[in-house]
Order: sequence, then structure tokens, then C-alpha cells
Amino acid sequence: MPIRMELLVCGGTGCQASNSNRVLEVLREEIKNANLENEVSVLMTGCFGFCEKGPIVKVMPDNVFYVEVDEDSARKIVAEHVVKGRVYQEKLYVEPDTHEKLPEQSKIPFYKKQLRIALRNCGKIDPENINEYIAADGYMALGKVLTEMTPEGVIDVVKKSGLRGRGGGGFPTGVKWEATRKSKSDIKYVICNADEGDPGAFMDRSILEGDPHSVLEGMAIAAYAIGAQFGYIYVRAEYPLAIHRLRIAINQARELGLLGKNIFGTDFSFDVEIKIGAGAFICGEETALINSIEGGRGEPTVKPPYPAQVGLWKKPTNINNVETFANVAPIILNGADWFASIGTEKSKGTKVFALAGKVNNVGLVEVPMGTTLREIIYELGGGIRGGKKFKAVQTGGPSGGCIPAEYLDTPIDYDNLTALGSMMGSGGMIVMDEDDCMVNIAKFYLEFSCDESCGRCTACRVGNKRLLEILNKITEGKGEMEDLEMLKELAETVRDSSLCGLGQTSPNPVLSTMKFFYDEYLAHVRDKECPAGVCKELLKYYIIPEKCVGCTACAKVCPVNVIHGEPKKVHVIDRDGCIKCGQCYKTCRFGAITRK
Amino acid sequence: MAKYDVDAEKLKTLEDYIDSIEQKEGALIGVLYKAQEIFGYLPKDVQLFIARKLKIPAAKVFGVTTFYSYFTMEPRGKHVINVCMGTACFVKGADKVLEELRKQLNITEGNMSPDGMFTVDSLRCVGACGLAPVVMVDGKVYGRVKVEDVKSILDDYREGGSTQ
Repeated sequence: MPIRMELLVCGGTGCQASNSNRVLEVLREEIKNANLENEVSVLMTGCFGFCEKGPIVKVMPDNVFYVEVDEDSARKIVAEHVVKGRVYQEKLYVEPDTHEKLPEQSKIPFYKKQLRIALRNCGKIDPENINEYIAADGYMALGKVLTEMTPEGVIDVVKKSGLRGRGGGGFPTGVKWEATRKSKSDIKYVICNADEGDPGAFMDRSILEGDPHSVLEGMAIAAYAIGAQFGYIYVRAEYPLAIHRLRIAINQARELGLLGKNIFGTDFSFDVEIKIGAGAFICGEETALINSIEGGRGEPTVKPPYPAQVGLWKKPTNINNVETFANVAPIILNGADWFASIGTEKSKGTKVFALAGKVNNVGLVEVPMGTTLREIIYELGGGIRGGKKFKAVQTGGPSGGCIPAEYLDTPIDYDNLTALGSMMGSGGMIVMDEDDCMVNIAKFYLEFSCDESCGRCTACRVGNKRLLEILNKITEGKGEMEDLEMLKELAETVRDSSLCGLGQTSPNPVLSTMKFFYDEYLAHVRDKECPAGVCKELLKYYIIPEKCVGCTACAKVCPVNVIHGEPKKVHVIDRDGCIKCGQCYKTCRFGAITRK
Repeated sequence: MAKYDVDAEKLKTLEDYIDSIEQKEGALIGVLYKAQEIFGYLPKDVQLFIARKLKIPAAKVFGVTTFYSYFTMEPRGKHVINVCMGTACFVKGADKVLEELRKQLNITEGNMSPDGMFTVDSLRCVGACGLAPVVMVDGKVYGRVKVEDVKSILDDYREGGSTQ
């Protein structure tokens, strides 16, 4: 009997942490118990992107999308949907405003405006089975390139498509390929940069986990175009599942002759090896990455010469990131004009964003360039969690900046984000609400940059440290007005005089928050207050007399005995001795203690 | 052969691994991975041994060991707890979870609990931002961790219930 139904279970890191492995087992057991093994198959796929509502189970061809599936509801899905043919209503997505149940994935607001090119197969195919990728037109682009196109022709298509590097800088991919093609050498390399280090970005991980072959195919096409025979994928150690699936993918591609010698019966040979990073953010910088693959300290070197001329083992090397490679095969198959018709004038195609932070629908979204921040946060993202007020959206990780509410209608592309003092980066998008202190956020990113600075150049190594010291002073309530001037001047110096991209962009979080949230800095320095109530040293605790019942609980937990009052009478905090530990605030059951 | 103040059997395992590598150029990071897997950390003598085996200066081995945050020169606890300090986890209170872990394990200095059972560390974004804040124990991901959950997570790894 042919398979009449498929159950797709999300096997991304997010859903696996929400126990999707167990859901998969239960589904298989129940299907076996119902004697339907020959009619219904259960597959583990890559990430659906909607991590917020995981684990996700999709039933095909009925096209029903179940969310937050646990063991119990997995049994019900089999009993109701698979056996009786009735949709199991309890685990459908519920539209929060209308309370309508939406069985169809494409009707859910989170997916409505998405256009999936890089993520085309994520959540649709089994990433551990090459045949599924091939059935979805996989390796067709490679076949076309090898049998019908010249390397120059490939470069031409990629150039015309307008594809720009998705890892951060946005350098035109075709131009990079052309430069490497033109470098004369017997040996050349292709490197896939999968060292996705920006905190809050997980699109590359999802592509590697959900559709590893799309990256291998893109790399092979690039190798053909530039004349390389060998490739490396540099992937971070924090992504064990991605590494596991990549290994499977590489082995399966080798078995079918899609990697190795004489691919598709041509003279073209190409193979790939995985290199695992060891936890250094700077290795996302291409020259640092090369040093790391060579087994040394991942420190950047001065450019020029660019890797296109002198790269890995001193040979011409082309480095692109995961998402860039995932875009290559569709461009070859559908043509440069198709790709160039999507997006804005200077930024073509789509971009995957990792939407996270204080937003209702956390997850991965892929939208055409030019979509506004507001559309992503309020339509796809479902607005701010808990009905709080939006304060800022941070894009580009530690290299990016914070964008305030008045720029929410900005169409997203490389150039618009840079003009706002932020950047595209790899596509992290963290939403912040009124409870987030922007000075503290700037401090958080600077701590990151200080930790991750490789120490090679003084501007970054010493400059960021000094910036952090000033921010510490400000958040501890010891800031003076001249600190603000110094902060800005020093931030500009670090930006202008650092050796590599890390140092040049590390002051962005400081500069952008100073530009858009200067009043918060002023409040910290001049009024010694933290408006968001985050910076501990600046908090002041008060007892609201109307709410205090005199239960004495706060006075009992106060470690420094500064809360006074008789039982059953209103208590008072003597703020002179208060160490701001917050114990009283946590203990009070009547909401009588407030802090500002 | 020079004397090394480490377990001889483990050293032999490492030596066999290094001997099995054909292309020794660029192999250092892979060797350090293996060494840390065998010894649990990278003491000075292990680094010296690697330097001599690969015929590179010990300073280079030390330079690489200290450069990457994955490598450690301190012994680690039986279970390694990593609190994700990526932005999404941070804005959802990961710092408070870390504080609670250290408090419950009586860690005041360094990262290891006095009984040697746990090492508590932070890392940068495991990419499970949808489940923020995230705690990883020996590679298992716990999502949406609240300060109140810390005790039950630790209990999962304490042999025969609580030892403290």
C-alpha cells in the first residue's frame, strides 16, 4: 500500500529541547499499534522556525499544522486525525486576537508574509535523507552548472542576481567569486563560514540542521565557479546537531558521487571537510577563521591582501556564509532576474531573521528585503509580549545598534540599517520593551566585545575595556557629565582605528543607544536614576503606605535591618543603610514595596 | 621520553591519536579537542607533550589553548552546566539563573562546586532563543528556566537524590 499520509515532526534544537524526540517516538508507536505503518510515515524534519510554539507536527497532505504537541496530544493526533480523519482541534494554532483556530500553516500570521528561499526545505524534508533533498530539485542546479554553464557564466548569473553576503557585511557575492576566479593558482579553496557567533542569531544553525545539502550544493557551485577543488565548513562547537547532520549529508553526497571525483561525469572534483571551532567569536571574521583552520590562534590579519588573493595555506580562498550558499541553487535554477525582482534596489532577495526577545512569536522568519521592522515585529512577531510597550529593536548583534520606535517603518535592507547606526549583521533581531535599560544593554554588548576581543590591536583591546569601565561607572550611579562626552569620543576612536570588523563595529551599541536614548544616559548620570528599574545600584525601594498591612515579613528578611515599623502598622525603609538586595521586594505578598 | 606528570594510560591514548593523524600541519586544534576529551582539561604537561609530538613550540600550544574559550586548563566538575548568556536569554533573566545556580552549589570562587560535582559556566548563545533563558547540562538543553527550577535541574544530576 502506498504511503497516504506523512507526519512531519520538527527536529530543530528548539523543538528537541521541548521534547520533540519523544513526540516522534510516541507517534511511531501509536501508528504501529494502529497497524498503519505501511500507510502513514513519521519523519523528523528541520526547523519550522516557529520555535515559540514547538514542538511542531505537520500532517501532510492534509496540510494541518499542530503546535505545542506533547506525548498525550501526539496520541490524540494519531487516534483522531490519522485513524478517524478528524482534525484534532486542541492543538491547532489559535489566533490571539480573534481566537480563531488556524489549521493551515500559511494562514498563520507568523508565516503569512514570509517568502522562503534559503529556508525552502526546512520543515519540509528529512535532512538526514539525501533522496528527500533530491526530490525537492536538489543538486539539479549543480548538474545544470556542471553540464551547461561555464564558470564565468555562473559568476555572471550570481552577479546579476544581486546576491550579497548574508553573514554581515553584505559584500556582493558574485564580485567575490570573480576576484577568486581571477587569482591564478593551482589550488584554491571554498570555505563556508558557519561560525554563527552573534548572540541571538540562529538562522545558520537552522539551515544546517534542516537542509544541509543546500549548503553543500551552494559550495560545490561556488567551487566550480572559482576553480576550487576543496572546501571546508567551519562550524561552531556549540551546534552539535548541525555538525551531526552535516556529517551525514557529506557522507550521503559522497556515496552518490555528488561530492568527490568527477561529479556528474565531468572533470570537476570537489570534496568538503568539517572544521569545528573552539569558541571564539572573532573566528567569524574571515582572516581569523583562516588562521583558526590552519590550527593557530584565530586572530585577524590586515587586509589587503584579501583571502581571494592570499587565503587558506596562502592559496586563493572564497568565504561565504551558510545562508549565502543556501541561496545559490535557487538562483541558478530560477534565474538572476527572478531573484533580482525580489527585494529593494540595492538589496535583493530575502533575508532570514532570528526574531527573539520580548516578542510574542519567537522564531525564524524569512522575508523579502524591504519588509519593515514594524511588519516583522507586529505582524509576524505578534507584537510585544505581555502587552508591554516597545522600546527598541537590536539588529546585527554586538556589531549592530538599537533602533527606536520612530524608525519602525524603515524598510529593512543593508544600507538603511547602516544609515541608522546599526547593521544587518547575520540577522539577529532582538526586541526590547520598556523594562529593558538601554545603558545596561550597551554594557551587555560591550562586555561581550571585551571578552571576545582577540587582543591584537590596541584600539579594540584597550579601548573597549575603557568604554566598559565608563559604562560600569554610569550604571553604578557614579557617572559624571563629562563621562558622556568621553564615552562618545572614545567610542568613535575605537570605531575608526580598530584593525578588523569586530573592533570597528563594537562601539555601535554604545553610539546608537547614545544617539536614540540619550535621555536614559542623562537619567543615570544626572538624576542617578534608572528609568527602566534595571540598574541595581540606582534602584530606590519604597513602601506604599496604603498597601502595607504591617505583617513584618520585609523587616524580618532585611539583612541590614533598615526596615522599621511595629506589627500591624505601616513600615518604612531607611534608605541610607539599604543595600538594595531586593529581598523585601521579593518577600512582600501585598505588593506594597515598589522600586524606582 | 620526558616524564609527564599525568596519567600514563591516558597519555598513551592521546599519543596513539596523534600518531594516527596523517596531515599534522593544522591539526593542533583537533588534537587539543581530543586531549580535553581524554583528560577533561588541558594541564601544562599535556600541552608540553602535544607540542613535542607535533614538533611545534610549547608557546604556540599554550597560545591556542588560552585563546579559545572551549579549552580549559582547570579541572572540571563531573557535570558541566552552561548558562546561555546570549542576548535573548540575557533579557529574559539568565543572569539571575546563573546567580541561583552558583548560590545553590556554594560556588564563591572559580566555577567548580566544592564537592567537584558541578562546573558552572556561561556560554554565548546556543541558538535556542525561542526557549530563553536556556541552561545546558552536559549537552542537554533545558528551556524557559526559572530561578525556581534550578533545584530540580540539579537534583536530576545528583546521585541518589541530594548529597548536600
